[in-house]
Amino acid sequence: MDAAAIQRALTRMAHEIIERNPDDLGLALIGIRNHGVPIAKRLAAQLNVPIGELDIGMHRDDLALRPPRVGVSQITFDVNGKTIVLVDDVLFTGRTIRAAMDELNDFGRARQIQLAVLIDRGHRELPIRPDFVGKNVPTALTERVRVHLAEVDGHDEVVIEK
Amino acid sequence: MNWQRKNLLGIQELTTDEIIFLLDSAAAFKQVGERTIKKVPSLRGKTLVNLFIEPSTRTRTSFELAAKRLSADVININTTASSLVKGETLKDTALNLEALNADIIVIRHSAAGAPHFLAKFLQASIINAGDGAHEHPTQALLDAFTIREKKGRIADLNVTILGDILYSRVARSNIWLLTKLGARVTLAGPSTLVPRVFEQFGCRVTHDIEEAIRDADVINLLRIQHERQRKTMFPSIGEYAAMFGLNKERFSRTKPDALIMHPGPINRGVEIDSEIADSDRSVILEQVTNGLAVRMAVLFLCAGGKHED
Amino acid sequence: MRIKGGRVIDPANGVDEIRDVCIDAGKIVDSADGEVIEAAGKIVVPGLIDMHVHLREPGRSDKETIETGTRCAARGGFTSVVCMPNTNPPADTAGTISFIKQRPACVNVFPTGAISRELKGEELAPIGSLKKAGVVAITDDGHCVQNNELMRRAVEYAKMFDLPVLDHCQDCNLVADGVMHEGYWSAALGLRGWPASGEDVIVARNILLAELCDWHIHCQHISSARSVELIREARKRGVKISAEACPHHFTLTDECVKDYDTNFKMNPPLRTERDRNAIVEGLADGTIEIIASDHAPHCNYEKEVEFDVAPFGIIGLETELALSLELVRKKVLTLSALIEKFTVKPAKLLRLNKGTLSVGADADLTIIDPDIEWTYDVTQSASKSRNSPFHGWQLRGRAVRTIVEGVTQFQ
Repeated sequence: MDAAAIQRALTRMAHEIIERNPDDLGLALIGIRNHGVPIAKRLAAQLNVPIGELDIGMHRDDLALRPPRVGVSQITFDVNGKTIVLVDDVLFTGRTIRAAMDELNDFGRARQIQLAVLIDRGHRELPIRPDFVGKNVPTALTERVRVHLAEVDGHDEVVIEK
Repeated sequence: MNWQRKNLLGIQELTTDEIIFLLDSAAAFKQVGERTIKKVPSLRGKTLVNLFIEPSTRTRTSFELAAKRLSADVININTTASSLVKGETLKDTALNLEALNADIIVIRHSAAGAPHFLAKFLQASIINAGDGAHEHPTQALLDAFTIREKKGRIADLNVTILGDILYSRVARSNIWLLTKLGARVTLAGPSTLVPRVFEQFGCRVTHDIEEAIRDADVINLLRIQHERQRKTMFPSIGEYAAMFGLNKERFSRTKPDALIMHPGPINRGVEIDSEIADSDRSVILEQVTNGLAVRMAVLFLCAGGKHED
Repeated sequence: MRIKGGRVIDPANGVDEIRDVCIDAGKIVDSADGEVIEAAGKIVVPGLIDMHVHLREPGRSDKETIETGTRCAARGGFTSVVCMPNTNPPADTAGTISFIKQRPACVNVFPTGAISRELKGEELAPIGSLKKAGVVAITDDGHCVQNNELMRRAVEYAKMFDLPVLDHCQDCNLVADGVMHEGYWSAALGLRGWPASGEDVIVARNILLAELCDWHIHCQHISSARSVELIREARKRGVKISAEACPHHFTLTDECVKDYDTNFKMNPPLRTERDRNAIVEGLADGTIEIIASDHAPHCNYEKEVEFDVAPFGIIGLETELALSLELVRKKVLTLSALIEKFTVKPAKLLRLNKGTLSVGADADLTIIDPDIEWTYDVTQSASKSRNSPFHGWQLRGRAVRTIVEGVTQFQ
């Protein structure tokens, strides 16, 4: 995807989110570190809702397999009773989302959790499904999907690497 | 960078990058303390043993709470398992703990080098909670975290450490950490307790409290004791307090934004006047909160992941 | 037997040349038949003397016995050892001295007796009786008489018996509960330090008492630069003061303690590079006349503890020669001057009839291969104990044959 395609997808997703959540029942976006955060910010700009950041370092299920690392989670609003849309760049095995939901639960009990991802590349290992998808991209397990965003990487682009 | 150590034995051997990585990680864990559910599953199933040969309620409680907030199981052992007392040696005590599959051993001991001794033959993560006069790494880390939070940085700050430096592990760990991060460290106290040899560690040594606190951005007060070992070092607590205590008068001559720190427990009226300890320039209680976050970070990093061999 | 073709170094007789040495009936003789031992390329010297070892018997035969300790000595090339009195019970009675003298040993054992009863530094030990029982010197080694009046009287009294006084120089108050040298490293490691002055003060005391009493005081295991200076100056004035140094004090420094390995904890402690160099210079200019090991065995479980509580001391008989030969390689000493420090000098100080290859002398000999390279494996030591900091070190030079009164005790 190039920059224009990314922007079109995000705009469409923003509309879908409003369509799905018409009532003023307390909507908020939470971006999953790292690339989920700028995407959430772009969506939030179009939606005018509160936004938070989530680091899943403490809740990952693969802690014993990798060097330890954590970042700060920042959610300044009350999660209880809100409809939270988790936002990430790529949905793959679903384990990141599982960890994110556990981490989110420590902040409070959301009324509903929905999931928005820019890319769904398949190969789920857990029963997790997205509510809002920018683009479905079937991939082989050996491939890697890289999302570059201007805020973090200097330019917008989605590429598949073999 | 990636965190590669399974033990935290001291500050002296840490790189600047490692220290900053630790402080940044501590920020994440401080946030956990602000949530409704102050617990994360990162060390679930791991067993931590607090092996406190030298007693301490506050540090032990801090490590215990840190471990529990990471979902680890905690066992507290307070014993004189020093090899000085006839009976089980420290080595045997530790081997027994490993036989129980302890993953982390937090050790406080009156003998310098005790954690290094254990690290030679144990597989568990060894965390130094204070070894004699040598080091108290988590104290220096939480002190640095507090300074960084309040002042935004550590480099180029004037930090004065006041009191019994010679016998203080808190002083040594702070000296290593602050000099590594670029602070200007001044050590002050009686000449018998603050010998010139500490100039070789990159510090300024002075026995004049006025000079020591005048330009300080941070004043870290150490607890003074007058028991057996120190009886020949200075005549009395009274004389110490008169010459080196941070009283109201001296306090009024410090910089208006200078932080007042103390590792605790404080001797009100000796190192520090009661009012000053309670003033809004004192960050003594925040140090305690930050201590919890720092210890969670240390436990998580040393025992919560896989380090490349 | 005939020892053929070795480079014979016999400082007592001013000999340093290739020639044969003959032994018959336990004595050095002009010529002999019998077994021929090839010594070409090797160095043949009078049996080496180590005048500072702890053999631990009576009382701590778990650490070492006289038998195992002397086997270490033989392996190290030593044919005579002088053992210290801090045993249990201490060597402050004739009975203990007799006990020591009849224990099995493969080299000559010369006991020292105590200066003070029970080494407590309060009352004189029965020095006359100890002399009769066969001590070659008196010392409170392990401890140090703090009371200068008592020390003075001990020196005067020992003079009557022609007994030299050896002193472990330590001011107990200055040293307090120090565990290593006081300096940069003790400050960094948070270990209690022991200022060099704690030794210097007693060396100075000994110099003054040696002058006052006109008798001989020998300062054991000197470790500090200032001590060397004091002794050098006093000797120039003709004071009857002498000194010995241990290999670890001319080889290691206090930086070695940085990993808290208790094999670097000894008394006196390892000091700075400046002190180490002063010891080397003192050996070079003759201020320090004697080298000794202060071989101090301790059980594993005693040393495998926190640094603060570990006992002081290391074994040293088997590494002593190789470490000392380094001084020759570094041109600090000639080979002959080094051998003197193990033969002529200790024999003279202690009035031993040893340390020479004169015809008629006891056939105590050491054959040394000065160039052989070997790795010290402490697990193979003849000692019962394993407390050595030199385990795994690549060393050069060792004794290849040790002969005591004509009998080979090690090869």
